[in-house]
Amino acid sequence: MTDVLDPPVVAAHGDHDDEHEEHHGPTGILKWMTTTDHKVIGMSYTVTAVIMMVIGGALAEIIRAQLTTPNNSLVSFAQFNELFTMHGSVMIYLFVGPFAFGALANIIVPIQIGAPDMAFPRLNALSYWLYLTGSITMLSGFFVAGGAANFGWVAYAPLSNSINTPGAGADLWIGGLLLTGFSAIFTGVNLCATIFYLRAPGMTMFRMPIFTWNLLVTAILILLAFPVLTAGLIMLYCDRHFGTHIFTVPGGGVPVLWQHIFWFWGHPEVYILALPFFGMVTEIIAVFSRKPVFGYKGMVFATLSIGALSLGVWAHHMFTTGVVLLPFFSIMSLLIAVPTGIKMFNWIGTMWRGEVWFSTAMLMAVGFLITFLIGGLTGIYLASPPLDFFTHDTYFVVAHFHSIVMALVMGAMGGLYYWGPKITGYLLNETIGKIQFWFLFIGTQVFTLPMYLLGLRGMPRRIPVYPLHPSWQFLNQLSTVGAVLVGVSTVAFMVNIVYSWKKYPAGDNPWDGHTLEWFTTSPPPHHNFYRLPQIRSERPTWDYNHPGHTAAEHGHHADHHPEHHDEVPVV
Amino acid sequence: MSKVFHVEPPALSPQGVSDRSRRWRRVRRIVALPVAALALAGCTVPTFGAAPGATTSSRSTYHLWQGFSIGAVIVGGLTLVLILWAVFAYRRKSDRIPKQSQYHIPLEMTYTIIPILIVLGLFAATMVVENKEVANPKTTVTINVNAFQWGWKFTYPGQNVVVVGQTTQDPIMVMPVDTNVHINLTSSDVIHGFYVHAFNFSRYALPGVLNQFTLRAVNTGTYDGQCTQLCGLYHSLMVFRVKVVSQSQYTAWLTGNANVSAALAAQAATKQQTSSIVPTKPAKSEGNN
Repeated sequence: MTDVLDPPVVAAHGDHDDEHEEHHGPTGILKWMTTTDHKVIGMSYTVTAVIMMVIGGALAEIIRAQLTTPNNSLVSFAQFNELFTMHGSVMIYLFVGPFAFGALANIIVPIQIGAPDMAFPRLNALSYWLYLTGSITMLSGFFVAGGAANFGWVAYAPLSNSINTPGAGADLWIGGLLLTGFSAIFTGVNLCATIFYLRAPGMTMFRMPIFTWNLLVTAILILLAFPVLTAGLIMLYCDRHFGTHIFTVPGGGVPVLWQHIFWFWGHPEVYILALPFFGMVTEIIAVFSRKPVFGYKGMVFATLSIGALSLGVWAHHMFTTGVVLLPFFSIMSLLIAVPTGIKMFNWIGTMWRGEVWFSTAMLMAVGFLITFLIGGLTGIYLASPPLDFFTHDTYFVVAHFHSIVMALVMGAMGGLYYWGPKITGYLLNETIGKIQFWFLFIGTQVFTLPMYLLGLRGMPRRIPVYPLHPSWQFLNQLSTVGAVLVGVSTVAFMVNIVYSWKKYPAGDNPWDGHTLEWFTTSPPPHHNFYRLPQIRSERPTWDYNHPGHTAAEHGHHADHHPEHHDEVPVV
Repeated sequence: MSKVFHVEPPALSPQGVSDRSRRWRRVRRIVALPVAALALAGCTVPTFGAAPGATTSSRSTYHLWQGFSIGAVIVGGLTLVLILWAVFAYRRKSDRIPKQSQYHIPLEMTYTIIPILIVLGLFAATMVVENKEVANPKTTVTINVNAFQWGWKFTYPGQNVVVVGQTTQDPIMVMPVDTNVHINLTSSDVIHGFYVHAFNFSRYALPGVLNQFTLRAVNTGTYDGQCTQLCGLYHSLMVFRVKVVSQSQYTAWLTGNANVSAALAAQAATKQQTSSIVPTKPAKSEGNN
């Protein structure tokens, strides 16, 4: 790739030895294994995370199949506990998280800020290999005697101690989570350093695209939250094997302490998962509406306040323990609705009076808006302790976070359709994409909405049978139908990848994009740019392509009108 | 509970209005709206999928649920209309580049301030109900509820009555109607969830922690209860029932079961240690002890 350079370009912050290595280094699989290129690592992350999504989805389909009749014996009680534990763990720890801050972030953030690579390319490679190793470690639990971890993805003490959950599956779960946790921490360090230090000249903080802003806040949250989880996991391991009594009552320990530690990580984690997808959706909506992000600065402040508030709400998962201060955590949790609402209205405002092009990516973004609206509103109920007493640990909660996470999945799919062409050079088929969208969107509502009703009728979480309540059967079956529809959408996605393989060349800028990644080639060269436009707003590529249409405030044009050939070589 | 947070509900406090500024009054009026809607609407508003339930606090929870749902339907409906309007009205019709508007400060202020007011209203309503629920009124009846893998033990202190049942045995907690019943909730092993759907209420049974709350049933009847917090293999079978009876029936039940249940308890205790529990398929009819 780099030998087409004319004249030879030295990347602004590149490592000379690295570049030299790429010229004469290994090829094929060895090249992939030794690469430090953020785009290759990002693709590895993407492929691994999508495989995890398929595995987690398959586990979910078995769970849904088991629940179609009140006394089904498709799987045993023990297997069922493994299934939902690993479904949750794979989806949260191995799919949504790594996809959010490892996959598209890794590929796009450096290009969006005009950087040649991440700040620490070798650390970035280490992140990926830790993630892959951790994933395999956690999943290998299925192949050991006693089976995989079976204490739920939250691993509440003392159920997770060595008396109640003996067996290697639980230890592999802890080990796998430690490894992926370190992977996340290193990615957090890398993203912070990259965003703070490798921005191209002219790319001030308030000219950063919203996606990059969201990843910055995500990275900061990772650095604040993940080390706490790591510490907690080590404590749990010590309790299991070294005779400590941190979470066990007989030795003077406190079981609820685990919940504090877990949720101190776990609630920021919700936003660590969500913010990158908020960013993706923001970019998609702006580009396909041909308008700047409405209320850009408000959006940034909303993201910052979500990040700040998310550190003070963890005990809303613990209202029913009876040992937390209810009013504080209630008001903090309710307040998060405010910046989230600002984002929602900014997204609508971005579409308002635009020219909205419903490509698959944009459909996914709109699907995200509607699904996230449902999940967000039902989340407000759960911030109120009396209503949480009513719905806690019932299917209402399951429905709530599945609305949220399925919205994120739509964001992820939108991101893949939007940025996939940039990184592969080829578009995906739009017709199959739209079929995929409708299965995903309708399937999501069909599988989550009955769960809300089940919760209100008293169905608890994590039960394989409900012999005393045959009346729950119909809603469970409906939910299963929805889960199958979502499964079909995943198959459609796979079919689309195969069908569209190197079929539709994308060109550099297929969507008339706004940000720097659309200024370079598809796929970008080794160190991303041969040249950069002048960066005078958060939309340098748009400003370059549409010099007469820069963002206006209250209907007035902004001061600067970049000239058409306003570009600088990367030296 | 000691953590009672005293908030004067804005809608319900008549004094202190005159000396406040006009703006603050307007804020209070907006905050008061959901509370007032709650108080006025009562049972005429839709259920939104919930039920009033059988205790005093289940009813206030239900009304709070209705209040939140009214807010959610209004806000959610409005937002959905805006999304759909944007989707259908602004479909791309040409290659025209639309006006590149980016900021509208008054509009942005509006959709920042209104949600804050809504949130404060929801919080005020929450506090009113929560203070009622966590209050510790005078009680005459006490039941010690102990959760274990995988069953429940209901002890009536001073009455020599113990009810124990595990998995399919479906133990019954008998309590009198229209009486404040004090519950002492504990766990012998892992964390369990004491959940009675008809009470719209759940609370963790924690090892090493005594959780206390008050139930006041307003309807007689038998209600399903179930463990809601994953507690191991037979979590799904850890069911119980709550039977709310009249005061006289309750007294009769206590005297009639004083000795029987003691024997049952001893029997269950030995069973608990020795038997490996293999659940049979439980049916609604069996398990009355």
